[in-house]
Amino acid sequence: MINKKVANVTEAMKGVKDEMTLMLGGFGLCGIPENAINELVKMNVKGLTCISNNAGVDDFGLGLLLQKHQIKKMISSYVGENDEFERQMLSGELDVELVPQGTLVERCRAAQSGFPAFYTPAGFGTEVAEGKETREFNGKMYVLEMAFEADFSFVKAWKGDEAGNLIFKGTARNFNPAMCGAAKITVAEVEELVPVGTLDPNQIHIPGIFIQRIFQGEKYEKRIEQRTVRKRN
Amino acid sequence: MLDKTGIAKRIAKEVKDGYYVNLGIGIPTLVANYVRDDIEVEFQSENGVLGMGPFPFEGEEDADIINAGKQTITTLPGASFFDSSLSFSMIRGQHVHLTILGAMEVSENGDIANWKIPGKMVKGMGGAMDLVASAENIIVAMMHTNREGDSKLLKKCTLPLTGVGCVKKIVTDLAVLEVTDNGFKLLERAPGVSVEEIQKATEGKLVVEGDVPEMIL
Repeated sequence: MINKKVANVTEAMKGVKDEMTLMLGGFGLCGIPENAINELVKMNVKGLTCISNNAGVDDFGLGLLLQKHQIKKMISSYVGENDEFERQMLSGELDVELVPQGTLVERCRAAQSGFPAFYTPAGFGTEVAEGKETREFNGKMYVLEMAFEADFSFVKAWKGDEAGNLIFKGTARNFNPAMCGAAKITVAEVEELVPVGTLDPNQIHIPGIFIQRIFQGEKYEKRIEQRTVRKRN
Repeated sequence: MLDKTGIAKRIAKEVKDGYYVNLGIGIPTLVANYVRDDIEVEFQSENGVLGMGPFPFEGEEDADIINAGKQTITTLPGASFFDSSLSFSMIRGQHVHLTILGAMEVSENGDIANWKIPGKMVKGMGGAMDLVASAENIIVAMMHTNREGDSKLLKKCTLPLTGVGCVKKIVTDLAVLEVTDNGFKLLERAPGVSVEEIQKATEGKLVVEGDVPEMIL
């Protein structure tokens, strides 16, 4: 067994520096690497380019990094629900690249899988395709999109073992699997870190080969963005 | 004239047995409430769930189980979770049969604009561009005119596009229309709405053939 376990979040974040490009898993606040984000705030690294579907809310998730002006560029598909984000974007402090959601995840997956680029129909004929190569296949038009290049990838899983094997829960899976192995170093934080041999190999979602460091996360808040319920009868 | 619930009820009639359906945010979300209960349909949410159920009972919310609108949801027997890449494989690969979404403008050739208003804060397109570029069957749910009373069914969209030549059908508070090579073909009128009223509210080319029936809800 190749052991990927590191003692804590501080050790897991070694090597993260100013001006780096980071991938961060999650959809809204669901399945975000809470411990890694909190540590980035503490480390106070600046000038970051963050690839993440969303940008958190004002006081949670990536919103915490925005408050401290640590992010210079966001690459996302949807960035609503964040006033500070809006302020920085409109004032020109923050550079924003909006990418269709399916293209965003596929640019991660391409980096993970060794594809330099791929064709997608998404965005053809829109401003997303401006300046990009387009090509016709079987009578339909497609846009050439490039794989991402990132320094670190931070993902969050439900369970993991010391070999780096991961299992996700519910829709907290989202962007996390495609970001594993899509950056030079992938750091996984898990709610429950178990010894090797505990997880059933049939149930592993992401094999440990894609992970360089794994640690047991602490104090997951798991904030709910839109609490919607129905009344009993 | 229909209200938002009426639009959702009419669109629910387009949902057929055996369909996998992706519902957008707003009026489309309401469609799930009015699908016939004698047919089998599964709802997909692009953040990674197939087989979405109703909202959870109070106290049973799970932060790890949400829809693309970030609302807490439940799942039905037979449901599955998957990652974002596989989710968009379902969408781009045309395994999802029907996509229902809202729009700010639709043009007579089926272009759609629904993600950006120049000069206003842009929130992003989310999965809308992937959905409209790929789905075989796209139904737009929207009001026929905007708050200023201007038509949203145009010769040409004025707002930045989400997709080109992709909308097949539109259900508004006034009518059901099909996008054809000749323009918006009027299929049905909302209860109590005349062809003239629909004509007046439609800037793009409206094709009226014979007697246009009233919708049955």
